[in-house]
Amino acid sequence: MTMTKADIVERIYEKVGFSKKEATEVVEAIFELLKERLEQGEKVKVSGFGNFVVNEKRPRKGRNPQTGQEIVISGRRVLTFKASQVLKKTMNGGSPPSATGSAT
Amino acid sequence: MTKRGLIDEVVKRFPRFSRREAEVMVNAVFDSLTSALTRGERIEIRGFGSFVVKNRQAREGRNPKTGALVDVHAKRVPFFKVGKELRLRVDGKPWTPADSDEP
Repeated sequence: MTMTKADIVERIYEKVGFSKKEATEVVEAIFELLKERLEQGEKVKVSGFGNFVVNEKRPRKGRNPQTGQEIVISGRRVLTFKASQVLKKTMNGGSPPSATGSAT
Repeated sequence: MTKRGLIDEVVKRFPRFSRREAEVMVNAVFDSLTSALTRGERIEIRGFGSFVVKNRQAREGRNPKTGALVDVHAKRVPFFKVGKELRLRVDGKPWTPADSDEP
């Protein structure tokens, strides 16, 4: 099974009782907001879930494995996710996530 | 930005919702993700990225402080792979919605 945005919309729809159209708009907006911040190089910390961090990679030398030719791999910005201890614990049979709507 | 900041932004973008409602919705999003991963499911958010659960086998490890052997139990760990759109946007590369045929 793979969870998609549609499943998340369904969950919000059940939970909050707004129209499905509204739930879809909000879910889209939440992911777009995350993308906008990360695009600006900002770190996003979601307590109980994890942190999304943008890292600067310096240029480095690499090799084309097929031809053996040396090439320069250009510097770039990459996104990494570090799962929170709470998430890791929950995934391994710890206590379930706190009830939705609890204080942030 | 923290989850609180995200909730503030949602309220700003949807003035018809109360802060409380925005909070419930933001929490519901991350609770959905958490419960999918807890069930061992994959998550695919187009344009954002995907989360997969990897299984780590039990192994013997050492307490780095004392050097004592300890059993490390098998466990599940979450991994995130950034989607194409977000990967390009974070790197300051041009991106067009036409490219979005990949998570």
